[in-house]
Amino acid sequence: MNLSNEFRDPDLCRNILDQIQHMADTPFRFMEVCGTHTVSIFQSGIKSLLPENISHLSGPGCPVCVTHDSEVNTFLALAEEDVLLATFGDLMRVPGSRGESLKRAQARGARVNVVYSPFDALQLALDNPSQNVVFLAVGFETTAPTVAATLKVAAQQQVGNFFILPMHKLVPPALKALASDQDIRVDGLLLPGHVSTIIGLEPYIFLAEDHNIPAVISGFEPLDILQSMLILLRMHKENSPAVINNYKRAVSDGGNPRAREVMQEVFQPVDTAWRGLGDIPASGLSLRDEYRGFDARERYQPAPLHAEANPACKCGQVLKGKILPPQCPLFASVCTPAEPVGPCMVSTEGSCAAFFKYSL
Amino acid sequence: MSDRVLLDYGSGGKASQRLIREIFLKHLGNPGLNRLDDAAFIEDISGPLAVSTDTFTIFPLFFPGGDIGSLAVHGTVNDVAMLGAEPRYLSCAFLLEEGLDMQDLDRIAASMGRAAAECGVQVITGDTKVVPRGAADKMFINTTGIGMVIADPAPSGSRAEPGDAVLISGTLGDHGLAILTHRQGLKFETDIQSDSQALNTLTSRLVREVGDVHVLRDPTRGGLATTLNEIAVQSGCEILLNEEQIPVRSEVQGGCSFLGLDPLYLANEGKFICILPGELAEKALEVMRSHPAGRDAALIGHVREGQKGRVVLRTSLGGHRLLDMLEGEQLPRIC
Repeated sequence: MNLSNEFRDPDLCRNILDQIQHMADTPFRFMEVCGTHTVSIFQSGIKSLLPENISHLSGPGCPVCVTHDSEVNTFLALAEEDVLLATFGDLMRVPGSRGESLKRAQARGARVNVVYSPFDALQLALDNPSQNVVFLAVGFETTAPTVAATLKVAAQQQVGNFFILPMHKLVPPALKALASDQDIRVDGLLLPGHVSTIIGLEPYIFLAEDHNIPAVISGFEPLDILQSMLILLRMHKENSPAVINNYKRAVSDGGNPRAREVMQEVFQPVDTAWRGLGDIPASGLSLRDEYRGFDARERYQPAPLHAEANPACKCGQVLKGKILPPQCPLFASVCTPAEPVGPCMVSTEGSCAAFFKYSL
Repeated sequence: MSDRVLLDYGSGGKASQRLIREIFLKHLGNPGLNRLDDAAFIEDISGPLAVSTDTFTIFPLFFPGGDIGSLAVHGTVNDVAMLGAEPRYLSCAFLLEEGLDMQDLDRIAASMGRAAAECGVQVITGDTKVVPRGAADKMFINTTGIGMVIADPAPSGSRAEPGDAVLISGTLGDHGLAILTHRQGLKFETDIQSDSQALNTLTSRLVREVGDVHVLRDPTRGGLATTLNEIAVQSGCEILLNEEQIPVRSEVQGGCSFLGLDPLYLANEGKFICILPGELAEKALEVMRSHPAGRDAALIGHVREGQKGRVVLRTSLGGHRLLDMLEGEQLPRIC
């Protein structure tokens, strides 16, 4: 495998691992809140190399996993309409309350197109002027600006057959909810690199200032993650919590003001429900009045099934880091990637799926 | 002839005859096929035989490094070769969608003819059906191959034994990523080419020159990870792989990290896994590397008792993790 990438250099990584080993003489619990970190930690083998004193928790960092049941039911209801659905591949297998999914809807005749960017969805609308196209807009601050930019183009070009189903989530409000939850004890947070390219450092400062939690913005290669863990551990030991940007090659401290501007022009914060975490104030995005005409909810008013999550599914506790996936009674017995009960098992970046797929 | 495939071309009448003569016999003709009898007559092969069939459907029909025609030849030739056999003859059935561009069909038949000649096989019987527009996606091809088994005993997925070495004939993921990046809607420019190629001359040499080959298998759909899991289950043993030794082109690695894909699960169409006693590994690598289809061959792991049916990856950092089978196809991720 190509190891020319210096951020995968095994010797450098082992060196940092040694330092972590040396420093971890008391228990330390860190949480990452990004699905790509989850996968990288498992895939690179870091998980199997961490000293016993270090516990790794996967927080609410996979946009598919935190998409609420009612939202899943809504887009499944939309699949029944006479529309072309455009979606990121991640959502294809997510089960609704009755075990239905886009994959199954597709087999029954729903027209579902996997796209790689919202602009591809807009192109689909331009290529099929007689059809209404609905783009399923999930994701965090990373994807919201591109969706906003797409809507601006659609508005300029007066595209009348393009809609989105806004389901975006914002990371800092969720972190605030986690940090304020008395039941959750986390000694350090690994902050998401992609989201931070947009929002920068400032929205995380409260973690250190108000909650004494050290936090580090990290890249995704093994060396990035190990270095960030070492910084977290050091801050924890020295009891000097701060928010550090350790992904400077991609993230500027100020984030990307232009992207935020476009996002704010099109969207406004709204209270929204997260799977597992419940209602969190101002943690979602809805369309501003000028863009409301693009809202598929207004156009179709899909009547979602009442969300009836399987009460035995512990995705919520997994997302809060209260339990590890194997502690859920459904894990690997009732709930598997073949028959997922909760989205943490269906998404490739979900923590249950990562445990199932990579743990020995 | 029309510039588009018409339903008439599948009628069995004059139009069908014209299509056979002007496209198929032109590119694939040989004394066997030219007889145009209801069945092919074979008189020059005997002994243990290997037979394999496969149906090919791919979008787009033409992709960097190949097309559905060359793929349909290589795929079946390789499957026959994986039994330690020398492929000799192919059958070939076309399912065409009404309206298919005749030039595309001509190019694909020509490509099949070239691929067959390169592998040393002949297409000796065939069939063509045309279905109404919309009833199929442009073109499906089925090929069945037959060959003489030269290995004794023949390699099988159930013959991996503790102590065996696991070799791969070259870089992984090229075909899968080349196809993905050329699908409509993914504007992601790379120079990655499909690795579609015939492996039969190399596998013949391995069998003849190295001898005791336990397993030969081409990691097509599902990639290396899936195929090794199948072998681990069939043989009832554990396979330990060394990530550092697994050859993956840097462009493929880069494309995969961008899209959230794992090259070990991507399809290959011109690579094979060879599992044989550890002491024969050096010799086998030498043979593989001296052949164009095995230039990047590498020793990537070994078979051990361990936990039956499991594949474990030793990562380049020295950690260990499960290398599981995927539930379905890999889907690119959101963020």
